[in-house]
Amino acid sequence: MLENLDALLLARIQFAFTVSFHFFFPAFSIGLASYLMVLEGLWLTTGRHVYLDLFKYWLKIFAIAFAMGVVSGIVMSYQFGTNWSVFSDKAGPVIGPLMAYEVLTAFFLEAGFLGVMLFGMEKVGKKLHFFATFMVALGTFVSAFWILSVNSWMQTPTGYLLGENGQFLPGDSWAAIIFNPSFPYRLVHTVMAAYLTTAFVVGAVGAWHLLKDRANPHARKMFSMAMWMAAIVTPAQIFAGDMHGLNTLEHQPAKVMAMEGHYQSHPDGAPLILFGIPDSETRTVRYAIEIPKMSSLILKHDIDAPLAGLDTVPDDREPPVPILFWSFRIMVGIGFAMLGIGLWSLWGRVRGRLYDMPWLHRAAVLMGPSGFAAVLAGWITTEVGRQPFVIYGLLRTADAASPLDAPAVAASLLAFIIVYFTVFGIGVWYILKLMGKPPHPGEKGVKRGDVGPIRTAGITPGPTQNPGGEETLPTDPQPGSSDKEPA
Amino acid sequence: MDLTVVWAFIIAFAVFAYVVMDGFDLGIGILFPTFQPGRERDRAMNSIAPVWDGNETWLVLGGGGLFAAFPLAYAVILPATYPLIIAMLLGLVFRGVAFEYRWRDPAHQKFWDVAFSGGSFVAALAQGMTLGALLQGIDVVDRAYAGSWFDWLTPYTLLTGFGTVAGYALLGAAWLIWKLDGDEQAHARKLAIRWGAATIVLMGAVSLYNIALNAEYADRWLTAPEIYYVAPVPILTAIVAISMLRAIRTERNSKPFWLGIALFFLGMSGLGVTIWPYAVPESVTIWEAAVPYRSQAFMLVGVALTMPLIIAYTAWAYWVFRGKVGHEGYH
Repeated sequence: MLENLDALLLARIQFAFTVSFHFFFPAFSIGLASYLMVLEGLWLTTGRHVYLDLFKYWLKIFAIAFAMGVVSGIVMSYQFGTNWSVFSDKAGPVIGPLMAYEVLTAFFLEAGFLGVMLFGMEKVGKKLHFFATFMVALGTFVSAFWILSVNSWMQTPTGYLLGENGQFLPGDSWAAIIFNPSFPYRLVHTVMAAYLTTAFVVGAVGAWHLLKDRANPHARKMFSMAMWMAAIVTPAQIFAGDMHGLNTLEHQPAKVMAMEGHYQSHPDGAPLILFGIPDSETRTVRYAIEIPKMSSLILKHDIDAPLAGLDTVPDDREPPVPILFWSFRIMVGIGFAMLGIGLWSLWGRVRGRLYDMPWLHRAAVLMGPSGFAAVLAGWITTEVGRQPFVIYGLLRTADAASPLDAPAVAASLLAFIIVYFTVFGIGVWYILKLMGKPPHPGEKGVKRGDVGPIRTAGITPGPTQNPGGEETLPTDPQPGSSDKEPA
Repeated sequence: MDLTVVWAFIIAFAVFAYVVMDGFDLGIGILFPTFQPGRERDRAMNSIAPVWDGNETWLVLGGGGLFAAFPLAYAVILPATYPLIIAMLLGLVFRGVAFEYRWRDPAHQKFWDVAFSGGSFVAALAQGMTLGALLQGIDVVDRAYAGSWFDWLTPYTLLTGFGTVAGYALLGAAWLIWKLDGDEQAHARKLAIRWGAATIVLMGAVSLYNIALNAEYADRWLTAPEIYYVAPVPILTAIVAISMLRAIRTERNSKPFWLGIALFFLGMSGLGVTIWPYAVPESVTIWEAAVPYRSQAFMLVGVALTMPLIIAYTAWAYWVFRGKVGHEGYH
């Protein structure tokens, strides 16, 4: 028995570890694919080369991030079976088809057009190349659609029947499964989080280079674009998060109770606990700093509304409170810091001094990784908040794992930790090195000529294509540098 | 129409597409240490850089499709081959990132080349051994794997593992005959002969072992009337094998590659005959593992709508990067 428990705990740690690592890459590449599409679109419509340079600058970073996302994603698609076989068997008829749709409509789309996006600029012409970029961006979004539908179904399952063999089976309507109650909220909140994550990375890189050279037009452009996102999307995201929270209150109240730190019910208005130390032993939040009645106001829009606490939830259905209490506050805190940056930038813009505010730039550099932290904290909030269930209220996590021996899972977990920290750590280092180089006119794309004369993009065009023809992209219109020069 | 059978063929198609498409990518990785650092390695790598990601997606369709269409098989096979699957995934991590990393960090290019070929070899070996573990049978009790965590390690699975490594190396070499020219093509030719011969020998050995492994497998291949239906498979295999070895010696373009694919197709057809109608041999049939009709039908709509498009844009991506690799820039 004890051995089973150990194997279960190890499997949970392994899943949490691999999914957290994986989630960083799509969180970044969903936003970055769209940003690249916008940059290329602006270049095509305005003809301004600053956009093409920025496109090529970020394309190199995208290539690395995407490769890391792909390889860490394949791990996820197999881990359902390797470590959560009971879950896979039981939930397969319902969520399997949604994941199959993700592969068919998203993964192939991204992967199929990625080669052309990265290497095909000189080969297919501007418009087709833009189309390829658009397809990759669309693929990242469609992927988010399906996988968040699956995740949401596990949080708020609807539209299923229970089979005699213990499986969940689809009911009459697939729409009831796909568009389950928490899905629209989770989709909007997560996709906006991905956009903000990317915006703050782009903003930090722009700010970093502005601190070194505030006249750099490329740094100015990317910083300005990122700050527009911060100013416009952050308020929308806070609103969407609030809506998502109300939806959670309706369908998974225990999760919200834990987020709020409400061990006890409050029959006449619940306080908003800003900070404190939740203590599940004594079922109190120690050293709490709270605003009376505020929680009832936020969650029920009425200061005197009664709010149930975890005392109404059986102990064996209660999520771990301290983790949720903290992860939720980290996420919200970062959200408001992002809002602060957005407002600060608006103020600077109004004064016409957006590029002359070193303290704003320093703050933006500091906030560069904030999106990743917020995404991870938010993800922990929602995933830990549905414990002890993997399919909420229906299948316990403890009953969903594979019949594996603890040493097998311990060995694989150790291998994942070592490999992920080295391989992805190095990848992040390469990305940071690329970000450290100032963007400049005549930026090179993803060329394989850095170390010699051979380029992937240099595969000889077929006889029907004319490499010197009008459809060929101008690789570098500006004097003084050339895409074609060998390093 | 029995959608379970349709889905069995769709999964088989996805696995076949994966095996030949990522097969040649992984094969190039396996052969990588024999290539000269510099021009030969760069050309070999660049011949697959634009397409490897699409190729690998078929693995996700194979695994994801198995989960979606035959969840019980997915839930049994993966725990039964746990260390192999984890090794494959980690091998693919190293192989996949090496495509980017080796260009980003010239000072450590040799390290990433080792990661590329080591990852490819481990992934190929693990895939082949997983196939062997499946063919030799898996204990199932109460809808779950009931064996221990080293049941997959036998002489037979080592044979299927190395057979897969050899087959992938053959496909990789044949691809390079097509995509390269000059000295590097001549080198690819030598490799293709060597690994082609190894593939044929190992395929033969696995076939004989299969017959010895299991009386039911032997029945299927050696008794009348089945023998009349299945006899064309080994006969065609022999014909294709001989034409492939001849093509490797003389052809300058794609013919050896296509014949290599034909060889794989026949090999997989043979495996299909061997395990039919089981999803997990001798334990779970495809009907026992299948999801209900509503799930099958819903997914089939998706396949019917998307698969023609997927094949079309995949073909387009290959077309864009057609021809011999990397003439430009040579002086």
